[in-house]
Amino acid sequence: MFDLMSQWISAPICGLASPILPSVFANSCVRYFDGFWQTIILLILSVSAGFVLAMATALARLSQRKFLANVAAVYSYVFRGTPLLVQLFIAYYGIGSFGEEGLGSLLWLIFGNGWTVGLIILSLNTGAYSAEIIRGAVVNLPPGQMEAAKASGMSWLLAMYRIILPQAFRYCLPAYANEVVLLMKGSALVSTIAVMDLMGQTRTIYARSYQLEVYVNAAIMYLVIAGLITWLFRSLEKRLKVG
Amino acid sequence: MGFDLSILGFGAQGWGLQILVGTAVTVAVAICSLLVGMLIGAVLVAMKLSRYRLVRLPAKLYTIFIRGTPEFLVILLVYFGSESIINAILGSIGLGRIDLPKFPAAVAGLSAIYGAYVSEVLRGAYLAVPKGQMEAAAATGLSPFTSLVRIRIPQIWRYALPGLGNLWLSMLKDSSLAAVIALDELLRVSKLAGELTQHPLVFYSLAGLIYLGITALSDIGRRRLEAKAQLAYQTKAAPGKVEIKPKKTPKSDLRATGASHV
Repeated sequence: MFDLMSQWISAPICGLASPILPSVFANSCVRYFDGFWQTIILLILSVSAGFVLAMATALARLSQRKFLANVAAVYSYVFRGTPLLVQLFIAYYGIGSFGEEGLGSLLWLIFGNGWTVGLIILSLNTGAYSAEIIRGAVVNLPPGQMEAAKASGMSWLLAMYRIILPQAFRYCLPAYANEVVLLMKGSALVSTIAVMDLMGQTRTIYARSYQLEVYVNAAIMYLVIAGLITWLFRSLEKRLKVG
Repeated sequence: MGFDLSILGFGAQGWGLQILVGTAVTVAVAICSLLVGMLIGAVLVAMKLSRYRLVRLPAKLYTIFIRGTPEFLVILLVYFGSESIINAILGSIGLGRIDLPKFPAAVAGLSAIYGAYVSEVLRGAYLAVPKGQMEAAAATGLSPFTSLVRIRIPQIWRYALPGLGNLWLSMLKDSSLAAVIALDELLRVSKLAGELTQHPLVFYSLAGLIYLGITALSDIGRRRLEAKAQLAYQTKAAPGKVEIKPKKTPKSDLRATGASHV
């Protein structure tokens, strides 16, 4: 898929823009854009998976079932208490070191590939942080809401789904936007497990030219992504605003 | 793959000592970066609160840059950037190239990042001090400088503490990025140990556990500090409770401090 994107999106963009681009950028333009798409796709997938995970974790932590609550708390604590880089290394170089014969072909399909490991770890990581954000928002809602929902005959789960979580989500949107930007910044680390995302491509370009500008260009592209995320969440906030 | 526990010990084959030293380096990098980062943050917040736009703007742009750029990228940029600048200077006075020492390079990169975050925390804390207090200080005849030093700054500490605690925890975790510029901190030592003993999973997991331990300890320390900072402010009685009257009446208190001519 990425080859096709490179051929049909990155190359035409670079071809059209090359006359106005500074030479360091123009020389490696296709590489930059290939990395850019990888970063964007990785981000979209891990934010979606992480969001579902975060909702489930937040619900589990808030539930009355001790066992579920404890499992969710431990998961969230472990992923928030260790560096993302260590998590990536444990999964890719640690678990991956057992090879295909040690892991079986199905697990090897996951752990033998930097891309899937990166996707899974990024999702687990943002899931842990976002769960805390959502939980904080739920805890801060007035308790009367849950009581009223239960009094009108809703089960706990239904009340959560219909009454509490929609409000909590709106309430924590700014904090969640922040978390997505942090995830975007963290995603640069997947370049250490052989993923050719924007950072991975940038490091390859730098290794060939040793020009500092290479990193400055990448920083600008990351800033553009950060701006896009901020803008997206701002407009979402405006849409969801009540009253 | 057989697994021999002695690789984790302190014997001739053990990596225990190296791991311990690596942990110390990790903590040292984080502490140094926090201190330097707080200095940078203080300068940035002073700029952000300036009345001149030209002073505010660079600080604001810098913060936007740091917030939107991956830490990994900033650390490499600082590392390679300062290396090329230093070597250019050395070259111009006729000296040979050097390899940048890793520890200060890591501290420079991390504090460049955290300076921006610290400045945001400090700005929030500065603005959290109620305006009335500053007006009251001015009304009692304190100069702007005195009221800054004696009224505002002591309270900034209290408001900034939760934010700074969070930054310290992320700093500890981000210090692992120093491994990519080959500083021998916890993660890199674990990597080397894992490669040489061919038990990477063991050593990376050990590193993870150590990080978890450090963050857990920091969390306890942070809670204690926060409780301490709030201590003086817990006299407010909760609604429904009878307020306990202070032993000294306010009047005698005022007289004792010589401020009775109000």
